[in-house]
Amino acid sequence: MGLEAPYVTGYLSEHFADPAFGTLDGYVAKGGYEAAKKALREMSPTQVVDEVKAAGLQGRGGAGFPTGQKWSFMPAGSEKPKYLVCNADESEPGSFKDRILLERGPHQLLEGILIGAWATGAEKTFVYVRGEYAEPARQVQRAIDEATARGFLGANILGTGFRHDVVLMRGAGAYICGEETGLLESLEGKKGQPRKKPPFPAQYGAFGMPTTVNNVETFCHVPHILRRGAAWFKGIGTDKSPGNTIFGVSGHVVRPGLYELPLGTKLDALIFEHAGGVPGGRKVKGVIPGGMSMPILPAGMLDVPMANEFLRERKTMLGTGGVMVMDETTCMVRVACVISYFFRDESCGQCTQCREGTGWMNKVVNRIERGAGNPDDLDLLLDVAGKMEGATICAFSDAAAWPIQGLLRHFREDFEAHVKLGRCPFPESFAL
Amino acid sequence: MVSAPSRSAGGAAIGSETRAAIEREIAKYPVKRGALLPALHLVQAEQGWISPDQARELAEIFEIRPVEVMEVVSFYNMFYDRPQARHHVYVCTNLPCSLRGARLLLAELEHHLGVKPGETTKDGRIALGHEECLGACAYAPMIRVDETYHENLDAVKAKQILDGLK
Repeated sequence: MGLEAPYVTGYLSEHFADPAFGTLDGYVAKGGYEAAKKALREMSPTQVVDEVKAAGLQGRGGAGFPTGQKWSFMPAGSEKPKYLVCNADESEPGSFKDRILLERGPHQLLEGILIGAWATGAEKTFVYVRGEYAEPARQVQRAIDEATARGFLGANILGTGFRHDVVLMRGAGAYICGEETGLLESLEGKKGQPRKKPPFPAQYGAFGMPTTVNNVETFCHVPHILRRGAAWFKGIGTDKSPGNTIFGVSGHVVRPGLYELPLGTKLDALIFEHAGGVPGGRKVKGVIPGGMSMPILPAGMLDVPMANEFLRERKTMLGTGGVMVMDETTCMVRVACVISYFFRDESCGQCTQCREGTGWMNKVVNRIERGAGNPDDLDLLLDVAGKMEGATICAFSDAAAWPIQGLLRHFREDFEAHVKLGRCPFPESFAL
Repeated sequence: MVSAPSRSAGGAAIGSETRAAIEREIAKYPVKRGALLPALHLVQAEQGWISPDQARELAEIFEIRPVEVMEVVSFYNMFYDRPQARHHVYVCTNLPCSLRGARLLLAELEHHLGVKPGETTKDGRIALGHEECLGACAYAPMIRVDETYHENLDAVKAKQILDGLK
């Protein structure tokens, strides 16, 4: 009961059903740390960065930025200490892939971190795990201790003279700390309020030092790229979005769970072939394809490859690959109530557009759901959402606006029906 | 950096073992304050919340003002600035869980315990609440009891878990 190995596995997760894989010996038995040995003993940092660039690996935390390029932003030959940060503050609603990567494959993560450290010249990595992930944090700390005791971390790693330490920090329940500069503030013992950029973390990051922040899954791909080569990695997925990812499927499906599949897998295949479709023979009404910040797709748009170059054409994005499926009974105004409540609750309060906008959107959708909305409310929502976009320190405000815009784009008639009838016309919808 | 012995080390509000653990955390960070969140977790583990005296001692340890400790405490949901129930029970009510009946489960638990979200049972045993996404979306509905996740629940199973809490 609870967290289960993916229904479909690939190179990231193929051993996740085996508890031994979480131990150093079990990991080494499956070829673990061979890529790190190769990197540290046979490759220069630049060669490692070039290999990751050639592989075309894109960050898996939501923004999809090319990882090799990000690493190359770290100043070479800097006098200052450099740091890596592993963003394990997984909190995007609908996302739970990092949880299993931390819990079942902590050494795979540490090997990716070690290779990243070599590539960027970082002396320390801070792994920032969301506070609620107690068990994942325990597993990662255990793996750090094990790797340090056995010479895979710490001083003189693998006899190469390279030193790298990994420090695990637990967050304390704030979604905004998943934003990379909010995370850096939190790491420094402060409120997790995002920083203005520039300067970017590669110049001024953790404790004012050059820093690169990568998501858990992003690091986990790296050992596989070095072991099997950039060409192998490029051969998986689409031309522009190579590699596998771990999709999380939730909501109204027969088999909710994790599915490791190539980027570019069709959304309808994921929902119907893999996750078993909607229970009770009901139809799909809408699907959020990549975590709650990403705009919804209506049933008619599910024939889309799950990769940004295709999802963008439909005004949404891959995000974290958290797929939330809603069946035909679903009231999309209730969906808007849940989403807008979340963003209102989690806004850090720094920027006016976000602090006020998230509250107003939540108020307005709540009154529409209650049947007390008026015809102008739909345009009011769009007006507020529009003013929240591109106007704030971080992307949270945009992420709060996009799903409401998406719901109005594809399900405006749901909102209109509430206003017209003065009540919610979806009696069978999920309860609020 | 090693901190000077605190002035209040005699009648300390923070236990000596916790203090030693805080010093070990401080040693991991290039700047002392980096260890503030770990220290708050350690202090809170003593009695379930962070008292004003403990916050003052933390301020001394970290060489910051007490208000700077408290602004961090108040920013994060998982830090508490007042005494807490013996157990926290949180129902995740974000979208994936709500689609699978989380709000109905919460209503059942409210009725079972006789409290509303945000309230504590009269015996101080359980504080009930709802929480945002906990990364258990495929195993909904679910509750978090203190540090433990209970997933794939129905009302019967959830009530059994609550009844088993001391």
